Amino acid sequence: MTDTLLRPGSGMLPGGPGEGMLVEVRGEGELRTQDMNLNIGPQHPATHGVLRVVIDLDGEKIVRATPVIGYMHRGFEKLAEARDYRQIIALVNRHDWLSAFCNELGVALAVERMMELEVPDRAEWIRVLMAEWNRVLNHLMFVGSFGLELGAITPVFFAFREREDIQGLMESATGGRLHFTYTRVGGLKEDLPRGFLAASAKMTRNVRVRNSEYRDLLEGNEIFKARTRKVGILPPDVALDYGVSGPTLHATGIAEDARVTEPYCRYDKVNVHVPVGATGDSYDRFQILLARIDASLDIIDQVLDNIPPGPVNVKLPKIVKAPEGEIYVRTENPLGQGGYYLVSDGKKNPWRLKMRTPSFNNISAMSYLLKDQLLSDMIAILGSVFFVVGDVDR
Amino acid sequence: MTESLLALDNVWLALLLKVAAIVGFFLVAPLVVGYIEHKGLAHMQARLGPMEAAFHGIGQLPADGIKFIQKEDIIPANADKWVFSLAPGVALVPAMVILAVIPLGPGLWAEDLDTGVFFALAVSSVSVIGILMAAWSSASKYSLMGGIRAAAQLIAYELPLVLGAAAVVLQAGTMSLVGIVEAQNDFRILGVVPMWFVLPQALGFLLFFVASLAELSRPPFDMPIADSELIFGHMTEYTGLRYAFFMLAEYAGIVVLSALAVVLFLGGWYPLPGVGLPSFDVLFLPGEVVAALAGFAVTMGKIVALAFVMIWFRATFPRLREDQLQRISWLAFIPLAILNIVVVAVFKVVA
Repeated sequence: MTDTLLRPGSGMLPGGPGEGMLVEVRGEGELRTQDMNLNIGPQHPATHGVLRVVIDLDGEKIVRATPVIGYMHRGFEKLAEARDYRQIIALVNRHDWLSAFCNELGVALAVERMMELEVPDRAEWIRVLMAEWNRVLNHLMFVGSFGLELGAITPVFFAFREREDIQGLMESATGGRLHFTYTRVGGLKEDLPRGFLAASAKMTRNVRVRNSEYRDLLEGNEIFKARTRKVGILPPDVALDYGVSGPTLHATGIAEDARVTEPYCRYDKVNVHVPVGATGDSYDRFQILLARIDASLDIIDQVLDNIPPGPVNVKLPKIVKAPEGEIYVRTENPLGQGGYYLVSDGKKNPWRLKMRTPSFNNISAMSYLLKDQLLSDMIAILGSVFFVVGDVDR
Repeated sequence: MTESLLALDNVWLALLLKVAAIVGFFLVAPLVVGYIEHKGLAHMQARLGPMEAAFHGIGQLPADGIKFIQKEDIIPANADKWVFSLAPGVALVPAMVILAVIPLGPGLWAEDLDTGVFFALAVSSVSVIGILMAAWSSASKYSLMGGIRAAAQLIAYELPLVLGAAAVVLQAGTMSLVGIVEAQNDFRILGVVPMWFVLPQALGFLLFFVASLAELSRPPFDMPIADSELIFGHMTEYTGLRYAFFMLAEYAGIVVLSALAVVLFLGGWYPLPGVGLPSFDVLFLPGEVVAALAGFAVTMGKIVALAFVMIWFRATFPRLREDQLQRISWLAFIPLAILNIVVVAVFKVVA
């Protein structure tokens, strides 16, 4: 045999029964263990939703990981073609249920720009205010769930305590707790209730104080650092290749943010701070999340200083029709960049509404991130590449 | 006092009383710890916990138990039925057996073995076999991975646990658990200041406590059940009463290992270092019984305090990774434990 490798002393005890025997070691001389195929999901506690990840495991090490999506496809884009523009606003705040207001804002902006509508100043400011509260609401959720996935069960309860307060605040203005449906084409459903701005200012102070509790609980925790530092590093170029956006992109050091690069509403009048990370690992992504909460609270404070009195709506005909044409609108949604490509043939419903959702692109990077990681690290990565399954599938 | 209160002339009656006492304690003490976990954890997390079942949810765990009995007992089709059915028992019984040698008060023990420490530690690791049986027989990949993690964890953490206890044995000069408690009462720092072993053995106590967390799969070492990764590890496929047995085994394990730590390091039933228990007659109760009851209360207080710390850890820490745990154990804990023994031995010879 020509391919036989002779290795004296490989695994042989001196004086043992095999001493002096010729040992044949074929192949590369390594024991091959069988890979195990494991379906994580669609029902699994770590995928918060119905994402399925098919992984091949060698021991606890992931050889290959393939995210399988589509378990929550509800056909929103197709459905939008059969709904008029007012109905669409109630529709789009459902695919990413954690950033409802930001989603409806994107569609309203698209329609308004096509119609060349001038939206009242106060309405635009309130939109900024609400979008930022929604961002805080969203990020709190992920702060809590990330801790939960790493086994720290307390932050999620703290996060929900704050979420409850903020939801109460938004409910007082919009009537909704999750699906706000507060935006209208040409403005808002109605003006803010009396005392909202004062309550809002008080809330920013509260959330700021409590934000430091998360820093104490998680950021300064040695075990948390050990679990997240240098885990799931996403290089900037790979992130851009996959179209990753939002906090996940910012963690890699790229400060691309539609609120700054292509301001909408009144984001050009406020000072938007975009926190960026250095290494793009899970720890950075988490830090960015906390920093973004603070940044959003700063924006809310600026809005409270600047918000003018006035109407919040323009008079529109009973049936809103976008003129013939097409438009692409970018917004910075909490999870990343939202894109709304609207094609209209002049009728009361769109000919085509294509949504670019941040979660879809974020989840695409998963195969890259999960390769050669440990099963435990997979949870740390899944929790820190922020996605909502409804937002992936739409 | 070196005789058990239950050592009667009639051997069979004594045996019956001992078994009844152990089983009673075994069924009640975990419920106490479980209730503290429910409420303590809840209040640490800004919520109330169970409130509806009796006064402030005090009846929640018995109610849960009744619910578990009513649940369908599912055995997966591909499971190894005998092993699957036996596993909860194998996990549960060791905790009960250890209770036989643990002194809970002066005269309150079933047996005072000369090799008490050895017996307790040897039996405590049997429960991992139950976990392995459950993991292997469930025919589930998640269970299997949980079982493998549990086995790896046992190998890594049995050593610091045993070595931490060995240093105490060295200092006390006896392996009898009752003897160790008495030795702590007689111990004086520099021959003057009365102190329990927790101070001279501070390192050993720390190692023992952390290792017992790992042995029990309590956070931050709950990788074998890691609910966000492995669903629930070896318990994934269990339902009904068998699942309840596993839960009972977990809480009984907390009680037993806390009790061991109390006996080995925290002076057993003595309320303060160098302070004895009241042993005067109260009404119709003879002094012996009064001392035993007071000692039991003190021991339970210490057990509950240790259990509370374990619950506190659960509220505070994320989960470690399996390889990180192994690294800590083999590179830090085991060398430290050996160093501890060496230091204790040197002092023992010098003093």
